[in-house]
Amino acid sequence: MHELSIAMSIVDIARDAVEKAGAREVEHIELEIGQLAGIELPALDFAWSEAVRDSVLARATREIRHIPGEARCMECQTTFPIQALYESCPTCSSPFTDIIHGKELRVHALTVH
Amino acid sequence: MCITCGCSGDGHHLHGHEGHDHDHSADHHHEHHDQDSRVITLEQDILHKNQLLAERNRGFFEARGITALNLVSSPGSGKTSILERTLTDLYPAQPCAVIEGDQQTSCDADRIKATGAPVVQINTGKGCHLDAEMVHAAVKHVKPAQDSLLFIENVGNLVCPAMFDLGESARVIIISVTEGDDKPLKYPDMFHSANICLINKIDLLPYVNFNVDKMIGYARQVSHIDRFIQVSATTGQGMEEWYAWLKEQVNVVQGVG
Repeated sequence: MHELSIAMSIVDIARDAVEKAGAREVEHIELEIGQLAGIELPALDFAWSEAVRDSVLARATREIRHIPGEARCMECQTTFPIQALYESCPTCSSPFTDIIHGKELRVHALTVH
Repeated sequence: MCITCGCSGDGHHLHGHEGHDHDHSADHHHEHHDQDSRVITLEQDILHKNQLLAERNRGFFEARGITALNLVSSPGSGKTSILERTLTDLYPAQPCAVIEGDQQTSCDADRIKATGAPVVQINTGKGCHLDAEMVHAAVKHVKPAQDSLLFIENVGNLVCPAMFDLGESARVIIISVTEGDDKPLKYPDMFHSANICLINKIDLLPYVNFNVDKMIGYARQVSHIDRFIQVSATTGQGMEEWYAWLKEQVNVVQGVG
């Protein structure tokens, strides 16, 4: 359940942003979560309601942009979509790949007032 | 007129409302959102704070010549037993210190304390992993000596600790032959983040259905680990190879050889 730590980190980021902006609370939050980021969305949902209680995110709507996994082969430079870390290159079958997308875990934007 | 920017209200502009309130007149068509709403683009990494603290820990370790190792495994793989044996064999000739992470109890710290090495126990309570802040606080208590080996024994869990950099020099994953040899595929994130793999309880290999080559093959599919050491904390088998690897790490951190 590291999703609880993640949800609490998001609350911290939102609180800092609200304070810096001299606003009162967050209306809407946009997150970017890569498919290989190691986040279970049902677990994040479960942790979310507890983490945001009495915080600047308590009444915020949440939007999650899912970023599909993409890797580049270190042997032949082919880029290809991946669903899991163990997938090898479809062109040359090399298991040596670099993940270029899918590990994202970001707060993209906040709408505050 | 808008008191933030002084515009007449007929042009298009965008600005924030930091520290002011004003009424918009009916003919004032700003792109201010309803009820003073505005969008702040952050693009901030959610683990940013942990990452900053981890780098701070890393800087401290480097400056003091400390080799910090993050030990991760499932519960019961033998992290503490490997540590006990390692400390018994290496300490105090090699200065060492230990940070023990568990949800509850000081059982592990008590076992380490018996070896004479300085140890501090972190109880994460409901937490399932250590983070850089906990290590930052623990380091102040355990006060690792100059040029020492600092073992950070993470909470037994092959999922959550993967995401949290503690500022370590290397991440050591431990698997035991009483587990399934397909674990690397089941828990790829943790294997992906590790630098070396210890295969523990190797003395039990004749009695269990565990294929070492298969396990190493799976681990190579999901990680960049290039070192696999077969050990037994009980019989001492393979421990010399582990100590040799530790010595290499210490030399690298201290810029020797």
